[in-house]
Amino acid sequence: MNRGDPILLPVNLWFIVLSLCFAFFWNLLPWGGRYGIPDVLALVLVFWNVHQPRKVSIGVAFLMGILVDVHHASLLGENALAYTLLSYFAITLHRRILWFSTWAQAFHIGLLILMMRCVQALVHIMLDGRGMSGWILLEVVLSVLLWPLLSWILQAPQRRVIDRDDTRPL
Amino acid sequence: MEYNPPPLFRQGLSALVKVVVFSLFALCLLLLDSRTHILFVIREVVSTVLYPLEQAALSPRQAWRAVDGHFTSVVQLEKEILRLESEAIKNAVVLDQVRQLAMENAQLRSLLGASQHLPVKSIVAEILYDAKDPYTRKIIIDRGAKEGVVLGQAVVDEQGVLGQVTRVLPLVSEVTLLTDKDQLIPVMVERTGLRAVVHGRGQSNILDVRFVGLDADIVNGDFLVTSGIDGVYPAGLRVAQIVRVEKKSQDMFSLVWCRLLAGVNRHRQVLVLFPLTSLSGGVKK
Repeated sequence: MNRGDPILLPVNLWFIVLSLCFAFFWNLLPWGGRYGIPDVLALVLVFWNVHQPRKVSIGVAFLMGILVDVHHASLLGENALAYTLLSYFAITLHRRILWFSTWAQAFHIGLLILMMRCVQALVHIMLDGRGMSGWILLEVVLSVLLWPLLSWILQAPQRRVIDRDDTRPL
Repeated sequence: MEYNPPPLFRQGLSALVKVVVFSLFALCLLLLDSRTHILFVIREVVSTVLYPLEQAALSPRQAWRAVDGHFTSVVQLEKEILRLESEAIKNAVVLDQVRQLAMENAQLRSLLGASQHLPVKSIVAEILYDAKDPYTRKIIIDRGAKEGVVLGQAVVDEQGVLGQVTRVLPLVSEVTLLTDKDQLIPVMVERTGLRAVVHGRGQSNILDVRFVGLDADIVNGDFLVTSGIDGVYPAGLRVAQIVRVEKKSQDMFSLVWCRLLAGVNRHRQVLVLFPLTSLSGGVKK
């Protein structure tokens, strides 16, 4: 750790719910089957698993996976399995990962997203005989780039100060 | 740093136990869903619950289209009207000829004692979104069980056959396109009447034409139409156009590729055709 942790306000449960809803909403938008769109829901899940592992744990990931499965007309349980494993590894890493800088964290997250997509591909290969698409790498790169921004936004409410005065406006 | 002290004694289940339980549950769901249709209740319930959210998510695109359409210039609208009028006139002539032929056909059939052709009913549907799975080619349309959509119905657009309904939910339906790897459709070459089967390859809009003999009369540019012998797709609908024919002497069949005609303008509406006979048995997903 380089600079020392700022003192954060406790997290608001409604903010977690709201952020998950917005991330799920992103998944509902009609991207039109385009490859390489980063899965913001997975990133937000990983963020809360890393920062609040007791509040957001594997059950939430499973449920979100089922909802995404039904929306995307994929096999029921495919995304659920992927999100469950993603969530498990994020929770396993959650103490270690916060010691890294934001970009190093992003690299870890990129590996997690790659693992998740490989699990999905494996499921398909075993059940359907369909292969894996090379556009996964684009998605991983975009997720890595998105992580610092997402991390900053999602922790912003906790960085507010309690008492404002002229010397400390926000 | 958090203000709440972590619970020291009541930690709940460990993450490892949770992941094993949920993973096994997810694997069970996967196996059940890929082999049987037991879980359709879950899908129907979740889909109905998600429907308002999906509509809300699609509303920016609808709003954009409405605004975009509103700002079309008068000149463009006039050109479009002119084009549609001339098409309507041409189609009216063809329609008259078709009516004439249908009457003749019915008379001949009754003379020969053959059974009559049933008229085809259809409903118009709009494509809501593409299913994001990169491994299947599916689209979601906005007509479901409530409007009478049935599993296995053919879906066409103005260029040709698009695909088949593979899952019916209360408010929406899923249509698997012909380009999906598991989709087959029996066709006939329009020019010669040669029958073959078209198989999706899962990529782009190029399809495989199978069971074409080495000596078959088939060339680039030939149109393929549905042959109607499966009872699912009405006969005579355009499907694809041949783009490549290769005859290698060591195989039993020629290598023929064709390009799907439908699905070029994805924002258009589609027609869901009601089947000629009632569909029984399983439809391959």
